[in-house]
Amino acid sequence: MNIQVKINGKNVKSEIDADLLLIDYLRDNGCLSVKRGCETSNCGLCTVLMNGKPVLSCSVLAARADGSEIYTLEGLQKEAEEFGTFVANQGAEQCGFCNPGFIMNVIAMLRENENPTDDEIKEYLAGNLCRCSGYEGQFRAIKNFLAQRGAK
Amino acid sequence: MDTKFVNKPIMKKDAMALVMGKPVYLDDVAPKDCLIVKVLRSPHANAIVEEVKKDVALKVPNIECIYTWEDVPQNRFTMAGQTYPEPSPYDRLILDKHVRYVGDPVAIVAGSDEKSVDKALKMIKVKYKVLEPILDFRKSKDNDILVHPEESWKSLCPVGADNKRNLCASETCGNGDVEKVLSECDIVLERTYHTKANQQAMMETFRTYCYIDTYGRLNVLSSTQIVFHARRILSTALGIPKSKIRVTKPRIGGGFGAKQTLVAEIFPAFVTWKTGKPSKMIFTREESQIASTPRHEMEVTVRVGATKEGIIKAVDLYTLSNTGAYGEHGPTTVGLSGHKSIPLYGKVEAFKFAYDVVYSNVMSAGAYRGYGATQGIFALESAVNELSAKLGIDPVKIREMNMVREGDTMPAYYNETTNSCALDRCLEKAKNMINWNEKYPYKDMGNGKVRSVGVAMAMQGSGISNVDVGSATIKVDDDGLYTLLIGSADMGTGCDTILAQIAAESLECDIDNITVLAADTDSSPYDSGSYASSTTYVTGKAVCNACEKLIDIMKEEGAKALGLSVDEVDFDGKRVFGKDKEISTAELAVKSQCGTKTALEVTVSHSSPISPPPFMVGMVEIELDKETGHIDIIDYVAVVDCGTPINTNLARVQVEGGLGQGIGMALFEDVQYSEKGRMYNNSFMQYKLPARNDVGTLRVEFENSYEQTGPYGAKSIGEIVINTPSPALAHAVYNATGVYIHELPITPEKIVMGMIKNEN
Ligand code: FES
Ligand code: FES
Repeated sequence: MNIQVKINGKNVKSEIDADLLLIDYLRDNGCLSVKRGCETSNCGLCTVLMNGKPVLSCSVLAARADGSEIYTLEGLQKEAEEFGTFVANQGAEQCGFCNPGFIMNVIAMLRENENPTDDEIKEYLAGNLCRCSGYEGQFRAIKNFLAQRGAK
Repeated sequence: MDTKFVNKPIMKKDAMALVMGKPVYLDDVAPKDCLIVKVLRSPHANAIVEEVKKDVALKVPNIECIYTWEDVPQNRFTMAGQTYPEPSPYDRLILDKHVRYVGDPVAIVAGSDEKSVDKALKMIKVKYKVLEPILDFRKSKDNDILVHPEESWKSLCPVGADNKRNLCASETCGNGDVEKVLSECDIVLERTYHTKANQQAMMETFRTYCYIDTYGRLNVLSSTQIVFHARRILSTALGIPKSKIRVTKPRIGGGFGAKQTLVAEIFPAFVTWKTGKPSKMIFTREESQIASTPRHEMEVTVRVGATKEGIIKAVDLYTLSNTGAYGEHGPTTVGLSGHKSIPLYGKVEAFKFAYDVVYSNVMSAGAYRGYGATQGIFALESAVNELSAKLGIDPVKIREMNMVREGDTMPAYYNETTNSCALDRCLEKAKNMINWNEKYPYKDMGNGKVRSVGVAMAMQGSGISNVDVGSATIKVDDDGLYTLLIGSADMGTGCDTILAQIAAESLECDIDNITVLAADTDSSPYDSGSYASSTTYVTGKAVCNACEKLIDIMKEEGAKALGLSVDEVDFDGKRVFGKDKEISTAELAVKSQCGTKTALEVTVSHSSPISPPPFMVGMVEIELDKETGHIDIIDYVAVVDCGTPINTNLARVQVEGGLGQGIGMALFEDVQYSEKGRMYNNSFMQYKLPARNDVGTLRVEFENSYEQTGPYGAKSIGEIVINTPSPALAHAVYNATGVYIHELPITPEKIVMGMIKNEN
């Protein structure tokens, strides 16, 4: 089947199999930041923005994305760099494999809620697993980022 | 000491690439048009493959090849990444006629696209002769059913292995007369503890890409911690010379020991070697759960003897370890369960440590952060907590009376002496941080909830003494900058950066002047690999030594150029100078490229005769709901002595990450099998990893010591950090409920059932 998706601001027309998953479609189209950590919608590594909302691209069919607008970290490099620097300053990026999905969801969270409380942060990001960091460093990065942004 | 780059929170060299989602991992860099490799897995826990019908499957369009046991070399090998001769038995074939667990590979299928491969997998028809399996590892030793009856099985090292008894290893050792000392003790407590086959569950599953290069050599790009061992293992398995193989690694999405064993490599390597075509294999999460290299399940029985005042005088420890279907890391992990738990207690007059490692028909085990110490420490620390309850002595107090201290000799730790040990300071600080004296043992919150605390100490090693080799090549580039070549693999831990920090400190230059090139068997100097908490301590020291030697060469060359003798010149990081004359490193580099016979380059290998233990203390405060058994972690305090950390940020995150994994092991992560040997916990749905709302607040502090034999005083950090959560949480649960959980994970069901039992 044919679909048209706006990926990171660019219109892309493709012919796809009906059972193609959005994650594989995006990776096929050069969005290699999108990672797969599970097959059961449990890890959050594959998070992308679909029409502004975070979705797990491993559990969305590419066909469902027809006519939609998708953002991956490739299209949000400035935000990734801004916030990512705070993660890197903690050494919390570690293996980095979960970082794109985590950072996508942080971006989504901050778009919805400019000043989340500690509990709101942990709640919103609960689906983003990280096996390396124990989450504390990621949390410090968010807090420092918010503090610095607030100071501006 | 005044330092510029060590003991500092330096940002990782690859950090920005990682946070910006750059394509640096295996599946990002492997070309799209390569063969997709998958394997057909056995549905039976123990069976003989009688016939594989593959003709129909081969007719599926786009299928390149299908291999079965008849197609592979018949030389047995081990997939364990260990120094040769490996203690792990040679009990594997690439594909075996005898399949030994649910998930054991039966056939390899390669094709140009995933769908065709999946289709072909379904069309292969296998006839099995199903045999009775051994699923309970307690029944394995000397059972009539043999997991490895084959004559070609072999063990290269004297580890007490005997395949005709289902033994992968067996040993007894000790010091002093343990029975005599126990008989003189006022109290002897005996308990048995059981830990499960936890998954490392790194977010990037196992994966490998292979191709043949211009010279006809097999190139293997893999997410591995052990490029050199991988080359040797592949050479043995495929029956081709090592010089025909090159192994490298891209960025690795986590390892934790999982990738210290070959898992995916062997299959695409075989396909590419046979077909000459590039291929890759990407494990699914399910495969990573059911057919990989998790922690060894262990049952540890401890007898501790003490005086009524609380002096611990004797420890007798027996470990039964389950290596599963194959013996990777079986003979070695088990040793740590005693050798890295008993030495925590410095007043022990006699100890005995015995073990059996048995085969069974479940997934084989491997290396996972902590490597046996985790299991042993859960047992011994829990036993000491139970002992202190029996004696009515504060468990912190009992540790203050008994713990190992700096300068002590540790008979159970190969008679090594603690050159550097701040365990006493760690305990003191942790106690104050969590406010132990006020919070121990518990506080009833009056709403059905109880708050309580728990404690545990831990140790580990720093590399494998007299075995691990770390090497560094450091050379001066054109413009006076440096390239550091190392064979260790950065799996997110940051060793590329840590080793560059050591080089920059030694060479007195900026860290950006050091380019790191790591883990390529063709170009790196030899390194055992990134495991056994060895990289900072062993390879780091090699980097120190290499830099010193390079400075000597630069001084010699500089002196020559300046017309001075070597003892008239000095080096300050930018130049060689003396008697008002100077030559910069850049000028030296230019000179090294014209009419010279001296290379501005050195390679140094290092190995350590000792393995200085890092130490730590973990204390936890929980809130437990007596109605449901639900546990909330309120506060986790960890104080660590890893010598002097090289990178303070990365050391901290190592601790936090290890605590997170340890909490998972303690509370959630279970591995269960059906009666037929099929694993239930085959996805992240059934195998629950801790999420960020499960770990509470982790507070980490360091009590530095200075390890003379390490680089800039450093010991290891990577593994020890997973060891305290299980015993500390079990202890806190006991203090809240009076129920001591002896089998992990500590689930609400077990707690509530225990409380009901106590009531009756
Ligand atoms: S890949 Fe794990 S949630 Fe999508
Ligand atoms: S950094 Fe490795 S999984 Fe999060």
